[in-house]
Amino acid sequence: MAAPPRRSLLVLFAGLLVFASLATRATAIYEDQVGLADWHQKYIGKVKQAVYHSQKSGRRRVVVLTEENVISSLDLRSGDIFWRHVIDKNDPLDQLSLSHGKYVLTLSSGGTILRAWNLPDGQMIWETNLRTSAASNPQLHVMSNNKVAKDNLVLVSAGRWIYAVSSIDGAISWEKEFSIDGLEIKRILQSPENDVVYALGLAGSSKLALYHLSAKTGEILKDIQESLPGGLCGETVLGCDNVLVALDKARSSLLLIELKGERISYNKVLVSDLVQDLSGSFKLQSLSNGVISLQTSSSISLLKLKGTDGLEVIQRFDQPAAVSDSLTITEKGEAFAVVQHLGSEIEFIVKFTSDLSSEIIREKVNIDQNRGNVEKVFLNSYIRTDKSHGFRALVVMEDHSLLLIQQGEVVWSREDGLASIVDVTTSELPVEKDGVSVADVEHNLFEWLKGHMLKLKGTLMLANADEVAAIQALRLKSSEKNKMTRDHNGFRKLLVVLTKAGKVMALHTGDGRVIWSNLLPSLRASRFGGTPSALRIYQWQVPHNIVMRENPSVLVVGKSGAESSTPGVFSILDSYSGEELNSMKLDHSVVQIIPLTLKDSSEQRVHLIVDSNSNAHLYPKSPDALNVFLHEMSNLYFYSVDIQANVIKGYSLQKSCGLNLGDEYCFSTKELWSIIFPSDSERIAISETRKMNEVVHTQAKIIGDHDVMYKYLSKNLVFVATLSPKAAGDIGSALPEEASLVAYLIDAVTGRILHRVTHHGAQGPVHAVLSENWVVYHYFNLRAHRFEMAVIEIYDQSRADNKDVMKLVLGKHNLSAPITSYARPEVAVKSQSFFFTHSVKAMAVTQTAKGITSKQLLIGTIGDQVLALDKRYLDPRRSVNPTQQEKEEGIIPLTDSLPIIPQSFVTHSHQVEALRGIVSIPSKLESTTLVFTYGVDLFYTQLAPSRTYDSLTDEFSYALLLITIAVLVGAIIVTWIWSEKKELRDKWR
Amino acid sequence: MAASSLCHGHLLLFLLVAVASAFLGTAAAHQAGSGEGYTIAGRVKIDGASAKGFGLPAKTSNTKVILNGGQRVTFARPDGYFAFHNVPAGTHLIEVSSIGYFFSPVRVDISARNPGYIQAALTETRRVLNELVLEPLKEEQYYEVREPFSVMSLLKSPMGLMVGFMVLMVFVMPKLMENIVIINAGSTVALQFHSFLQHLKC
Repeated sequence: MAAPPRRSLLVLFAGLLVFASLATRATAIYEDQVGLADWHQKYIGKVKQAVYHSQKSGRRRVVVLTEENVISSLDLRSGDIFWRHVIDKNDPLDQLSLSHGKYVLTLSSGGTILRAWNLPDGQMIWETNLRTSAASNPQLHVMSNNKVAKDNLVLVSAGRWIYAVSSIDGAISWEKEFSIDGLEIKRILQSPENDVVYALGLAGSSKLALYHLSAKTGEILKDIQESLPGGLCGETVLGCDNVLVALDKARSSLLLIELKGERISYNKVLVSDLVQDLSGSFKLQSLSNGVISLQTSSSISLLKLKGTDGLEVIQRFDQPAAVSDSLTITEKGEAFAVVQHLGSEIEFIVKFTSDLSSEIIREKVNIDQNRGNVEKVFLNSYIRTDKSHGFRALVVMEDHSLLLIQQGEVVWSREDGLASIVDVTTSELPVEKDGVSVADVEHNLFEWLKGHMLKLKGTLMLANADEVAAIQALRLKSSEKNKMTRDHNGFRKLLVVLTKAGKVMALHTGDGRVIWSNLLPSLRASRFGGTPSALRIYQWQVPHNIVMRENPSVLVVGKSGAESSTPGVFSILDSYSGEELNSMKLDHSVVQIIPLTLKDSSEQRVHLIVDSNSNAHLYPKSPDALNVFLHEMSNLYFYSVDIQANVIKGYSLQKSCGLNLGDEYCFSTKELWSIIFPSDSERIAISETRKMNEVVHTQAKIIGDHDVMYKYLSKNLVFVATLSPKAAGDIGSALPEEASLVAYLIDAVTGRILHRVTHHGAQGPVHAVLSENWVVYHYFNLRAHRFEMAVIEIYDQSRADNKDVMKLVLGKHNLSAPITSYARPEVAVKSQSFFFTHSVKAMAVTQTAKGITSKQLLIGTIGDQVLALDKRYLDPRRSVNPTQQEKEEGIIPLTDSLPIIPQSFVTHSHQVEALRGIVSIPSKLESTTLVFTYGVDLFYTQLAPSRTYDSLTDEFSYALLLITIAVLVGAIIVTWIWSEKKELRDKWR
Repeated sequence: MAASSLCHGHLLLFLLVAVASAFLGTAAAHQAGSGEGYTIAGRVKIDGASAKGFGLPAKTSNTKVILNGGQRVTFARPDGYFAFHNVPAGTHLIEVSSIGYFFSPVRVDISARNPGYIQAALTETRRVLNELVLEPLKEEQYYEVREPFSVMSLLKSPMGLMVGFMVLMVFVMPKLMENIVIINAGSTVALQFHSFLQHLKC
């Protein structure tokens, strides 16, 4: 592959030719180009439950269920995904189980949907809807070795319902609704003889009920009820066969409840006798054989049950630790694992429940410090070659990653924190050092030529399979795209992502590998309450001057608790190393973060943070930043959208905030305007504004008849869409007459409504994108029963008479008149709407370095694909029969719906499961933009909305060019010889 | 593999609207919002035989059926069947997402007045469906297809044009030059003849 300098030289030579030769559409790629400029990574999210497939032969797999609502089968050897299904967020997965060794059963939506999946390939076999009131904690129990019926029954309990479902076809065998009000079945047990099922339920907080049911018919054989004084808090486990351990309502004592014979008897044990630390929450976990683990916020205690007489503390783990469920090992009883932290290592301990004093395995495993604490352990055993039992475990860490540990080593790990990205920013890579010469990049000429000969063969379809593979390898090997330095075209960057777990990771745009990661201590859940959450990530310091030799840094903003009034957390990280440079706990909350375009002398970007008391705080807290800010303060306005109160307010800033006068970095805000929407007819659905970093090349738009239209370009333009209360629900819930959508264009400085349009019969959800002088929004049209996309373009009429060249020459134009938001703008609005086939999950617009390249809309469709749609299709000036002039301008004849061209799917044959966001990042090359899409999966590609008009594509065949030159030179020589000969002949004549 | 068994299986006409409780009459159907509702059942039919080209297996395991833009999502079974239970009366939208195929969304009307009456129509083509069998409108080719090697395409490329032009210059121009020479020669002859004539006159 040629180095950029060479390429840019060749641009002059062959640019024109290439432009003529590229007949293909801009975004379309060939199948053999997959993976050249794009990458796709599949994730599953934080594992909640895991079930091992105990197959003696074949590929070992584990089926997991995650917090991202994914069910997946993983290869136990490598951690690769065999298959995976992302279930919708409206259908939360509760339970997972295996049946028959070949079906995976999942229970979701509070116990109302039971599905069976084929274990080898993930095909859904059947789905059964159970009519229950959705319960918070449904149970799934697969009956083992049922002699009653031929097919295994699966018992599902939710609320006061029990269903028995055949695991072969999902048919409901029997169902039972218990008559006690408020009963919630906590446990389903099976008698050893398999013909009686015990259902243990809790009604209210104090009534305990035990039912004996016939496994065959579901008929109640016996029914025992007992009221417990003091009440229970719902946390119950089964200690051993007939002793239930439950935490009482006051959370001060444990009740040992014996379920023997006809009645229920109980005994009370004070928790303070067992553990000292009583703060926080308790978690009980049964490990069979009367062993129970009691997890408090600071420690884990292993308790042994002594009949119903009491509990005995056997062991305590004061370090952060996790306990696995018990695992039945044939003949030897049941084993469980404890993983605890010891300094920089973790210790993996396996014990048998029958003998707690001895340990089978105690291994130390070295793990990456950036993974945080162990959160969950899933134990599995295998038979070693010497017939003894070996143990391995899946460990879920605090950063949501999944590790397999075996024989004191981490066999594989998955960075599943990347399935829950909260926010993304980018960082430039370091500049190439002087020591690295260009010669290193160049291959020797022969190799280079050989590669291009191969490529030529590829383009001419002459290559055989081996050669095609060689071409692919050659392309992928071209290390250029993966280098850790800045490149000429600005394609190589770091994508700095912030995940839900509070981990910041930097991904290289070349291949998506993780360059560094840092689990921020300030965003880690502390042991004493408070679950911090990560909010946003911003560029903090971007030194433009190379001489400064300073690394750029990013700012992570979070808050230390769930409520909006909890104090915020700040963290500043070095973009090249991930090192935390500074971290602080703010003394105020974070409601709104406003990054300003201002910079202080050390090039730190100035940010304003608005707290819940409507005070604005300035960061960084340096006198220099304050000076810069004070200078601009009178020109600063901001607005806030309160969806709850259904109001938009605009503010200006005032010196010093009311409470603490000493703090000169705190400013009070003054409400300038507010727009209150009538709550009974309009609810705010979405508000959208222009991207801060958007660059617009020109204000003027020359239309077909050489007329000029001036775009209304204002950074303060806000698009707000409101829906009638009925229209905010799902499709099918409202009639066209009662649904409407109102779109507003508002100036955020004055609160002036520039434009307002009502769409009758329109329904949410609304997605919108605002760029330059236009806004495109997507909604559902109930009358046509199709999705629609509407476009509004806004033009500045006050400049419309500046078209006259004479006026410009004579200086009679008003271009130099100051622009102010206070002046009443004369605007003209054009709008149009089109049908669009799909539902939309996310929408974005391409951003390029100078804003010259035409724009494309990036639409995340319901199928988790990203469609690049030319803005030209969403032009309000499209008409059925465009005039010749309009055709020349590039106006497409009007059609009622927007085309979906499969080749313009940016994600081509990939799906970005559970797509949530699309980010477009400009590269240095004007024609090309970088697109990063995230959901459970990640996808990155380069996109050229109007083709790569400023560089040669990778497709360009240098060999063909060389051959042409060689042929030309050869021909010149031949003709020269000929003419010489001819001349000679003529002379002799 | 599942789809291939579909294609030679007999096409089942299937449209089921079951009122959840047997005794539900017209009056009860109005209470449809409270959990009790109708069942929309249908099937996704992907013709396995035509599934080729871009190398993705035509599997129904990749097929999701989406009700009302994501309100509920279900998966197609191996035989393509799917069902949504407890759907209230009204007008609904069903979308099918299957990579490699373009499905039109389907408008499904469940009548509240006469329970059991259901109507379905493709929103893209406005075609009314007699049974809820959802077939892709077209296959989607996500990649540009490489043109097979042909001499014409090579010649049409800029390099080809350059070479072609050069060949033209090499072989045709000399011929042209010869003609010019002849004409020139002719004109000189004519000129000489003319001067000769003038000579005679004098």
